[in-house]
Amino acid sequence: MKKFLSGNEAFAEGIRLARPQVVSAYPITPQTVVVEKLSEMVEDGSLSSEFIHVESEHSALSCAIGASAAGARTFTATSSQGLLYMAECLYYASGGRFPIVMMNADRSVALPWNIYGDQRDSLSQLDSGWIQAYAENAQEALDLALMSYRIAEERTVSTPFMVNLDGFVLTHTYETVDIPSQEEADRFLPSYETDNCFDFDSPKNMAFSAGPETNYIFKYKEHKGMLAAKPVIEKAEEEFAAVFGRKYPGLIESYRTEDADYVIVTLGSIAGLCRETADKLRERGIRAGVLRLRYIRPFPNEELAAAMAGVKAYAVLEKDISFGNEGTVFTNVNSALKKAGLTAKGYNFIGGLGGRNISHADIEDIFEKIQKGTEDVNFIGIGGLGDGK
Amino acid sequence: MRPYVREKKIFSFDEVPENTCFEAGYLTTVNSGWRSIRPVVDAAKCVGCEQCYLYCPDGVISINEKKAEIDYDFCKGCGVCAKICRPGAIRMEAEPK
Repeated sequence: MKKFLSGNEAFAEGIRLARPQVVSAYPITPQTVVVEKLSEMVEDGSLSSEFIHVESEHSALSCAIGASAAGARTFTATSSQGLLYMAECLYYASGGRFPIVMMNADRSVALPWNIYGDQRDSLSQLDSGWIQAYAENAQEALDLALMSYRIAEERTVSTPFMVNLDGFVLTHTYETVDIPSQEEADRFLPSYETDNCFDFDSPKNMAFSAGPETNYIFKYKEHKGMLAAKPVIEKAEEEFAAVFGRKYPGLIESYRTEDADYVIVTLGSIAGLCRETADKLRERGIRAGVLRLRYIRPFPNEELAAAMAGVKAYAVLEKDISFGNEGTVFTNVNSALKKAGLTAKGYNFIGGLGGRNISHADIEDIFEKIQKGTEDVNFIGIGGLGDGK
Repeated sequence: MRPYVREKKIFSFDEVPENTCFEAGYLTTVNSGWRSIRPVVDAAKCVGCEQCYLYCPDGVISINEKKAEIDYDFCKGCGVCAKICRPGAIRMEAEPK
């Protein structure tokens, strides 16, 4: 069934289809619509779930962890200040290997206070042990809502999953979305079965301490668990295509990169504008391409290197900055390409912070700059380190 | 009820679980090593009033035929029992080496 939905609404529909047994809800702009829609679905009976309105984001994730420890499929959503408020719980969830799915509306982080979209919140938590995917459009958001549980709950993975939607730009914009039937969703996503939960018949200690000898081993296994997501993502996307007819391209989405000289590597919904610009440049004879990172954790090292093998120069366009160095996505991408021995010259473009607009002209300027060469770190609309004065 | 004590287990790589979830009731050690002083009950003075049993924060005191007895595997030597004993039947002594 096709409906005209916002990114938030589409995501809520995806979660409804995933049949979470517990939804722990706390509002924050710009994700509130997700938990509001889920509450309406519980009210009208289209979603059978324990909807718990908690007192804070820290409680929202703690509640989700508790529910997951009881063996329930759980969901929560947050953004920005809320993500940081629940930050300690992120590590509890990942260390405890609870396959919670959380939607994060990418939003700037105070100070200064700002409710608009950028990627600083989620990118600051790359080390928290959560799988991180970035949706470009509302359809992908709905589909990721379903796929995330399939991937997270796989026994070899057992890792919580954060789905990121660009704040306002994706959460609040509307497009036609295909909503699958519950029957199709049930065929794709089985119910959650686990032994990582309380059990009256075989009592467990859960969420315990581990001393110096063993803590290290837990962390190694956690790292391996996240890496095990890579083949599971591939398998899940094949299964998804078989049921719903939509095939996703894995951890990265390449656009005209096979013969490209100049590529923009980016994440989230800005990729659409980048592809349009690449097309315009192609008409002028410049071999431009776009590479969208769908997953940042686990990081697609080999996939990136393979896709960028012939590239002369590339730009990483991201909506964050790791103050005192460069953008975090650039650090990851640069490392992947250098490890593979590629000599492509990389440039970092920071834009969109605090919801600032990125225009067609800005993207054309990026392609222009990487052809000519520019500073390592460029702030769109300001320039390099000397230009802000 | 006395805690169920097992042999301390050294976990091999494969035995470390994938998640922080393990078979319950796994106490591997006594905590007698925490003490520097220990309570000693003078049975002659003990009247079996059960105050020490009630006040012990770790529940290591039991009353056996109207006399207080201390489980020295789990007594941490806090001295609350000696403090609360009205007949003065409990005194704290230095922990023997």
